[in-house]
Amino acid sequence: MRSIFFIVTALLVMGMAFWAYRQNYETQASLREAEALRAEISSLREAQSVLRAEWAYLNRPDRLRELADLNFERLGLLPLSPEQFGQADQVAYPPDPIPLLSNAIDTIGTLEPQP
Amino acid sequence: MTRTPLRPLARVLDARARGENPDAIERENLRLRHEDMRDRDRQRAEGRLLVVGVFFFCAFMLVGARMGTLASSEVEEPRAAAGGASIIAQRADITDRNGRILATNLTTHSLYAQPPIMIDKERAARKLALIFPDLDETKLLEQFTGKRKFLWIKRKLSPEQKQAVHDIGDPGLLFGPREMRLYPNGKLASHVLGGASFGREGVHSAEVIGIAGVERAFDAFLRNPENGGRPLRLSLDLSVQSVVEQVLDGGMKLLNAKGAAAILMDAHTGEIISLASLPDFDPNDRQPPPAAGNPADSPLFNRAVQGVYELGSTFKIFTVAQAIETGMVNAATIIDTKGPLRWGRFRIRDFRNYGPELSVEDVIVKSSNIGTARIAQMIGIERQQEFLKSLGFFDPTPVELVEAPGARPLLPPKWSEISMMTISYGHGLSASPLHLATGYASLLNGGVKVTPTLVKREGVEMGDPVVSPRTSAIARDMLRKAVTDGTATFGDVHGYAVAGKTGTADKPNPQGGYYDDKVIATFASVFPADDPKYVLVVTLDEPVETSGEEPRRTAGWTAVPVAAEVIRRVAPLMGLAPSIEQGSLVGVSLTAN
Repeated sequence: MRSIFFIVTALLVMGMAFWAYRQNYETQASLREAEALRAEISSLREAQSVLRAEWAYLNRPDRLRELADLNFERLGLLPLSPEQFGQADQVAYPPDPIPLLSNAIDTIGTLEPQP
Repeated sequence: MTRTPLRPLARVLDARARGENPDAIERENLRLRHEDMRDRDRQRAEGRLLVVGVFFFCAFMLVGARMGTLASSEVEEPRAAAGGASIIAQRADITDRNGRILATNLTTHSLYAQPPIMIDKERAARKLALIFPDLDETKLLEQFTGKRKFLWIKRKLSPEQKQAVHDIGDPGLLFGPREMRLYPNGKLASHVLGGASFGREGVHSAEVIGIAGVERAFDAFLRNPENGGRPLRLSLDLSVQSVVEQVLDGGMKLLNAKGAAAILMDAHTGEIISLASLPDFDPNDRQPPPAAGNPADSPLFNRAVQGVYELGSTFKIFTVAQAIETGMVNAATIIDTKGPLRWGRFRIRDFRNYGPELSVEDVIVKSSNIGTARIAQMIGIERQQEFLKSLGFFDPTPVELVEAPGARPLLPPKWSEISMMTISYGHGLSASPLHLATGYASLLNGGVKVTPTLVKREGVEMGDPVVSPRTSAIARDMLRKAVTDGTATFGDVHGYAVAGKTGTADKPNPQGGYYDDKVIATFASVFPADDPKYVLVVTLDEPVETSGEEPRRTAGWTAVPVAAEVIRRVAPLMGLAPSIEQGSLVGVSLTAN
């Protein structure tokens, strides 16, 4: 009885040790991963801020104005003017769809020379 | 353990036989036994003391060793700390009201030298002078060969420059990382943004501090890591600002003006959509303030906020609105305008003779100094002061620029009767264009006081009422008439019902008196007149219009066309659709008899 108890205890200790060992290494591995990810995030963030700065630089109004002037022949861009505002009732309704031919007889007609 | 009897029979019998007291034997044995016990106890106690001593020694050694390692090891952040709260940037971005970037950070490098570890100093100095044309080779060499162990060469390097310096290959030329402030739009909104520079500097990093404008005013906010990189959102609109600056620049050049300023403000919230001052500068490369000369001539000077000028006839509407508000006059009341109006040794004249009498409305439309002075006489000094104070003309503007508190309006030292009369038409009191814009917004938006701000506001706070909505509407009507058939006819922008007032003030001569041929021309306007949304103030410094026979300097010929062009270009950008106006009442004349 006593020897079984000793054996079980010994096995339990070994099992616990194995578990603790594994946990330790797993934790360290995830810490390393988190650190790598954090470094990646910060480098991406830096890249993003550079890109945003570049985007803002390339979209600066002076440059866009010059580009619009240079490409006027192709794009025809002019400054927005009050005349370009329209009203909803100035917009034409879409044309009525052409009715489907339901009966061939409908299409029969006589072609007469126009006066 | 065998226990020794205290009274061994043999010895007791022996002792009895010898006639001795056997009790002595017992005592002797007892003594021996006690000594024995004492020795054993001492030994055990000493053993325990030793164990405890060893234990404490080990414990203290452990604590000491841990302290030693902590003290001597490199500092390290706890690796398992929860992420996410990391510092994103040293300084937050500044954006316009739609989130477009006005100021951001860029990582770059600084260049410094450690002469003791440099190898070929002459070559390094020669190559550096080639890369940076502003550096002097002989001076560099002098610094390298002198006693100095460390010197900064450049605060900011572009990547190309860094590579070029790297290619010199001298181990004594070293780079340190730097975060620099970048204004991608260049000169745009330069006076609002101000600029930034380095504060405390180290090799590995440097503090970026704001030195002017909102960068300085919001320095603490921008540097606060608690904001988590949240940008500072200004009320400016990048596209509108760009157009305003472009039009203003064109107008300034066309009219040979020395400087110009424009403010576009939301009439209800006080948000400044655009604030321009010309000449301007590039905040990426902000020059130090000029050591000599008039600081107001420097490009760094913000004419819209820092410049206090006599704003001329634009003030007349304040006088008239107050008179209407107090019920002294209405728009049709007839005012005596026989000129010149003499007051002591002063004479008040009109630009032109407008006849012996005008209605209050015509006083505004034709811009009669005499008429306004007469109305001011009805109001009186104290009430005039009170009203101008309620519109904010007594204090610096509360706008969030570090320069703003320094721009205190210039009030007459003694507010006499004649001061009252001249101030009624805008002379004798100097205020900044921003004061004027705030006053117009407060007066014409329905009569609610607005506070100018450069930060985008969420929701409208109601200010104190300044005048009644009715007075505000009457004032707008009068200003509208000034545009349709008064002094500002060039200001009529089809579809936007501009209402406004011109102001032409002679510039004061530093030697005393006023210049004859130098004026400040101002046009303060609100549009659309029936539902006021925006207030625009355009000020030109020393403009002159030379297309006619003789040079024209009045605001109607200078500031007004510029303002009209600004409105024509800017209103569609702000999504303001032109309204179909009713035909103006030209040809319908009121019978007057």
